[in-house]
Amino acid sequence: MPPQALSDECLRAVDLAAERGDRRLFQHLGFTLAPGQLLQVQGANGSGKTSLLRILCGLSRPARGAVYWGEEPLARVEGGIGSCLSYLGHRDALKDELSVRENVLFAARLGGMIAGREAADAVLARLGLTGYEDLPAGILSQGQKRRVALARLLLEARPLWVLDEPLAALDAQASAILREALAAQLAGGGMVILTTHQAVDVPGDCTCLRLPDGIEVATAC
Amino acid sequence: MAERGVQWFRFAAPARFYGLAGRLVPWLAGVAMLLFAFGVYLGLAVAPPDYQQGDSYRILYIHVPAAWMSMFLYLLMAAYAVIGLVWRIKVAQAMARAVAPTGALFTVLALWTGALWGKPTWGVFWVWDARLTSELILLFLYLGYMALHAAIDDRRRADDASALLALVGVVNVPIIYFSVRWWNTLHQGASIRVTEAPTMATIMFVTLLVMTLACWLYASAVILARARIEVLEREHHSAWAQAVLEKPE
Amino acid sequence: MLMTLGTLLQRDLTLVVRRPQDALTVVGFFVVVIALFPLGVGPEPELLRRLAPGVIWVAALLATMLSLARLFADDYRDGSLEQLLLAPEPLTLLVLVRTAAHWLMTGLPLVLVSPLLAVQLGLRPEEIPVLMLALLLGTPILSLVGAIGAALTLGVRGGGVLIALLVLPLYVPPLVLGAGALDAVMHGADAQTHLSLLSALLLFALVTAPWAAAAALRIMLD
Repeated sequence: MPPQALSDECLRAVDLAAERGDRRLFQHLGFTLAPGQLLQVQGANGSGKTSLLRILCGLSRPARGAVYWGEEPLARVEGGIGSCLSYLGHRDALKDELSVRENVLFAARLGGMIAGREAADAVLARLGLTGYEDLPAGILSQGQKRRVALARLLLEARPLWVLDEPLAALDAQASAILREALAAQLAGGGMVILTTHQAVDVPGDCTCLRLPDGIEVATAC
Repeated sequence: MAERGVQWFRFAAPARFYGLAGRLVPWLAGVAMLLFAFGVYLGLAVAPPDYQQGDSYRILYIHVPAAWMSMFLYLLMAAYAVIGLVWRIKVAQAMARAVAPTGALFTVLALWTGALWGKPTWGVFWVWDARLTSELILLFLYLGYMALHAAIDDRRRADDASALLALVGVVNVPIIYFSVRWWNTLHQGASIRVTEAPTMATIMFVTLLVMTLACWLYASAVILARARIEVLEREHHSAWAQAVLEKPE
Repeated sequence: MLMTLGTLLQRDLTLVVRRPQDALTVVGFFVVVIALFPLGVGPEPELLRRLAPGVIWVAALLATMLSLARLFADDYRDGSLEQLLLAPEPLTLLVLVRTAAHWLMTGLPLVLVSPLLAVQLGLRPEEIPVLMLALLLGTPILSLVGAIGAALTLGVRGGGVLIALLVLPLYVPPLVLGAGALDAVMHGADAQTHLSLLSALLLFALVTAPWAAAAALRIMLD
């Protein structure tokens, strides 16, 4: 079983570089993220925000450098790095044919955690999806689908959240709920890495990483 | 030993490879041409006609080396592909890609000469002989490798994906070969037996050897020339490639 | 660990039940292709009988191949595949489970309808068990090897056509052994050797193919 308690491991990126095709997106990028910290990645379209997030999850290999979870390189983390983080990509990873509740439950169980129907319904209620539990996900709006994807995040309760544009398609109410969840994650000693063009506006230890437009060295802002 | 290890890795560096390959290609090509000329002379003028097949057997001096090369090059391609996939050596990745078209060419040549040979021997251009059928499937494997590499835009992904395909292919080649041979014996198909004739004259053997060597040198020259361009393209951001591109030889 | 694998199987099968047309299309294709052969070569019972092993197996190959595009593509498109890669279980096992679900929805139906087609093509009742057994051993190989091709063509231009070029040459051994088994009993011989070799091939594919497909998935999602 994966660790449900939030760990005190740091996420460290050392001298990272990424390429797309022949173009180098960024290089010499390094940072340490400690428990209770949030890192907002900023940059123009095509500056490699998604590439960076995928590298930090171990989905992509960096052109140079390495990422460490505590003392271990990502590939050697016990139980896989996937048991330490929740990743929310551009796409919501929902199946149109499954009901909202089934989507959340299957996703959580595939992530290796035992989740009951009550827990799923509670999380869905927290995201304002009460009454939608038994509807197929295919009929939901874009914003509602995003909320369902966030429900998986809350249910899994991993130490690290890696979120790609989590605020996209969310209305004011859902944004407020997400900000609340982010604050709770940080307060509980969790870590968050996210990309967004909006202000994050979450109480807690927030830093910002701006990816260069050209091939300059990344700078803190 | 440590010294030699260092030497080897310096040879595997793209810039060194580019220079070395550039010097080797003309020599390999030149010697290949001389050997071809000599082999053709031996095959057409010196070697005696076969007592059963007359002169038509002479095509085996091309067919057999081509068939050997087609199989050897597939193994070579897979070997380079795996080296490139596991150790991420750029020259190996470029070599794997450079071998494929030449391998496919020899496969086509083997099929074509096999068909031309079939006409006088069996009266038809194509028989479902075990070797010809295996050769045809080998051609499909080459085509699949090249098509996959061409279909993927990102070069790193294309290299890795086609390397994996080459690895899967090389594991399957013996299985395919034996199943086709087995299928062939069950259905009592025709089989080419000339090369297995116990009375093959020494001169025939020498000719075959010369032609095989010529094919091998030709393949080396073409592959190195192609890998050279491939390496230059992959490295075009680096200082040495920029220098080469600004000052063409 | 078993829970995760069981969850994946349950999820995949639930999806098939909710969208049964996917599985039915494959069987439909299989039946239609075989029904076209008598129209093409003529209705002589002896000729059809002679062609039956090859026709049934080639149709099974093509039907499986058509369904391969769906094996990972849907999950790739909606982002579920990334989540699968992050799952704590070894990806090789997850691929094995996914392939098993694929076989249950495409391969197994082919095995089940094959007796009907066998009767149409003039096979004798005593030959049908061998046909079914060979298909039962052979169609999982088609799914397993096909998974490698399906993974390698994810997100690739013209992937549907490319997958045929990649996978069909690798289908030669199961075709030769499977059709050969039926051919052997039709000629009064024993199919034992064919079936043993087919089983060996299945074991080999079970051990190696999921590993290769998992490696391919990692490469294509890199």
